[in-house]
Amino acid sequence: MNRHLISAADLSRDDALLILDTAEELAQMADRPIRKLPTLRGRTVVNLFYEDSTRTRISFEAAAKRLSADVINFSAKGSSVAKGESLKDTALTLEAMGADAVVIRHSASGAPHRLAGWVRGSVVNAGDGAHEHPTQALLDAFTMRRRLGRLEGLRVAIVGDVLHSRVARSNVRLLRTLGAEVMLVAPPTLLPVAVGGWPCEVSYDLDAALPKADVVMMLRVQQERMNAAYFPTVREYSRRYGLDSRRMALLPEHAIIMHPGPMNRGVEIAADVADSVRSTIVEQVSNGVSVRMAVLYLLLGGSEAQR
Amino acid sequence: MTDWSGPWPAEQDQPPWLIRGARLLGGAAADLLLAGGLIAEAGPAAAGSLPAGAQVLDATGLIALPGLVDLHTHLREPGREDAETVETGTAAAALGGFTAVHAMANTDPVADTAGVVEQIWRLGRRAGRCDVRPVGAVTTGLAGSRLAELGAMADSAARVRVFSDDGRCVSDAVLMRRALEYVKAFDGVIAQHAQEPRLTDGAQVNEGEMSGRLGLAGWPAVAEEAIIARDCLLAAHVGSALHVCHVSTAGSVEIIRWAKSKGWRVTAEVTPHHLLLTDDLVADYDPVYKVNPPLRTAADVAALRAGLADGTIDCVATDHAPHPVEAKETEWQVAAFGMTGLETALRAVQEAMVETGLLDWAGVADRMSVRPAVIGRLDGVGAELHGCPLVTGSPANLVLYDPAARDVVDPAAHASRSRNSPFAGMTLPGRVVATFLRGTPTVLDGKLAR
Repeated sequence: MNRHLISAADLSRDDALLILDTAEELAQMADRPIRKLPTLRGRTVVNLFYEDSTRTRISFEAAAKRLSADVINFSAKGSSVAKGESLKDTALTLEAMGADAVVIRHSASGAPHRLAGWVRGSVVNAGDGAHEHPTQALLDAFTMRRRLGRLEGLRVAIVGDVLHSRVARSNVRLLRTLGAEVMLVAPPTLLPVAVGGWPCEVSYDLDAALPKADVVMMLRVQQERMNAAYFPTVREYSRRYGLDSRRMALLPEHAIIMHPGPMNRGVEIAADVADSVRSTIVEQVSNGVSVRMAVLYLLLGGSEAQR
Repeated sequence: MTDWSGPWPAEQDQPPWLIRGARLLGGAAADLLLAGGLIAEAGPAAAGSLPAGAQVLDATGLIALPGLVDLHTHLREPGREDAETVETGTAAAALGGFTAVHAMANTDPVADTAGVVEQIWRLGRRAGRCDVRPVGAVTTGLAGSRLAELGAMADSAARVRVFSDDGRCVSDAVLMRRALEYVKAFDGVIAQHAQEPRLTDGAQVNEGEMSGRLGLAGWPAVAEEAIIARDCLLAAHVGSALHVCHVSTAGSVEIIRWAKSKGWRVTAEVTPHHLLLTDDLVADYDPVYKVNPPLRTAADVAALRAGLADGTIDCVATDHAPHPVEAKETEWQVAAFGMTGLETALRAVQEAMVETGLLDWAGVADRMSVRPAVIGRLDGVGAELHGCPLVTGSPANLVLYDPAARDVVDPAAHASRSRNSPFAGMTLPGRVVATFLRGTPTVLDGKLAR
């Protein structure tokens, strides 16, 4: 494996499967009375969050703590960032403190690439702008494999704001590596102009896509898109691209429904769909901890650690 | 305080220079005798009449071109002297073979009054390394709401003829129409930074495969092409002169070709970086490749080269845009747009146009000296005369260039105060050996002569 996890494209098929298999083992541990492993004792993991994302931060924090790492949470609010410190200076500070891994969340695409040039430790991308969110894709793949028993040949429909979605980019790359078939479903305004070159199918018609899907993954519609002419109204978006119970009925019997959260209930997903037995949304959260444990374990401790 | 508005400093007193065996425009070798600020003699006979005290420069194997003229330079002074000054910028220009540069108006304060343009012009004269021709802002404060005092700048000692809000587009169609109309009174030209602002809100890189892959907001070709098409029609309607800055797309070349076929007064420039680099380079988010307009695709590069070769694009202009280290050592999204270019321009053009057989050296002289001088109105009368043929009686503005040299570009060695060269680490052909401004060497043996 590479030293960093910045893009899902950094992972070979073997790397990705190793992470998923390791996560599976670590997930067993969650059922034990003592949930902690000594693997990363004495190692320091910094959560460097330039964007508010409580769910991702606590997921990484829980993962690192269950591996006994020391965790430093560095959030842009209330830190020197508010005083205008540059990413480079922050990186040098973390370096001086001896960070073994930096988990970075940033609104600017490519920020983890830049950071990796300034620190010696491993950089884990926890979401950068509209670029990537590789651990989300890994936890999604983990969830699909657990529910459906395989990834090879699985048909996954990713629905919504692909243009601005790091989740979609990471999923397209990782699922391709793992042998699944992806179809992106969105209004044309929310697809990149050159999406034709991506290794997936593209459709504007959700109703037509659903009967063939083993997995349907709904993307969040960000508030700021709603007034920028990407679609006429939220109601129209919801009618054409929202997943309600009528549409859920179009899915094959075994199909699952995913959402990376946080959801806009009533916009991209109806409340009864989100709460249905087909929904994996809560599972995705708990799987996230296992997958992030596996990533930290393999990046930081894997070779010398005792199981 | 010295009065810099007087006659040119001491050029008449310069000792004569005899340049031996230079290949004029890459053709036959000849001697050039420079005296009194002029080419006193050109041709094989010049050696016979060596005046007393003349210095001799052996130019065997070197190509002589008329001094290069840049229509698009950011000298940053006043306001951002940490990035560049007139002193350092003109040193970079001389080392790149330039004898005249047009200093863009987006300084602080903006060059939108006679006072500011005269100040910049005088700083150029004091530095003495090349002629600095201030570009005046089209609108006050580059704000795009009302015309700056274009006439006052035209009538000032700086004699401004090129007006531009470069960095921003004059996007208001009425304001653009009025500007084009107004400058007809003093033979001015409006140099447009063609960028439809609404289509490029927050834009970071060329919209296409790379923007989609990297998750960076796209800068679509249509945002440039739509403004160029509109402006060509406006220039035709009011019978004025439009110059299009830094053309970057294949579609723009087509529109300009069409406008020229109508006989309209439209000219255009392309930068060395758009002739040589593509948006593949942004894959690692290194902001040294962040520029506006952005690096485009290989198909665009091919069209720009073809357009420059057939004359659709009149000239090469550097868009030299120096930035301090901290403006680039950051996340892509917050990094400054722009690249340095003065010291690498001729070498990049050799690589893109000469090595590919698209232009010969006479063509390079035309695109980098003759035509930009015409567009900048430096081909008429007065002391600041550029783009003249290398013949007896012309002002002695010339560059001696070794096309056989080849080495790796190292921005640390540049005279510019900034280091943001996109060619860093690339091997490029050529070396500027000497530059003469009205008979006075500004560069000798590849180093500043004064």
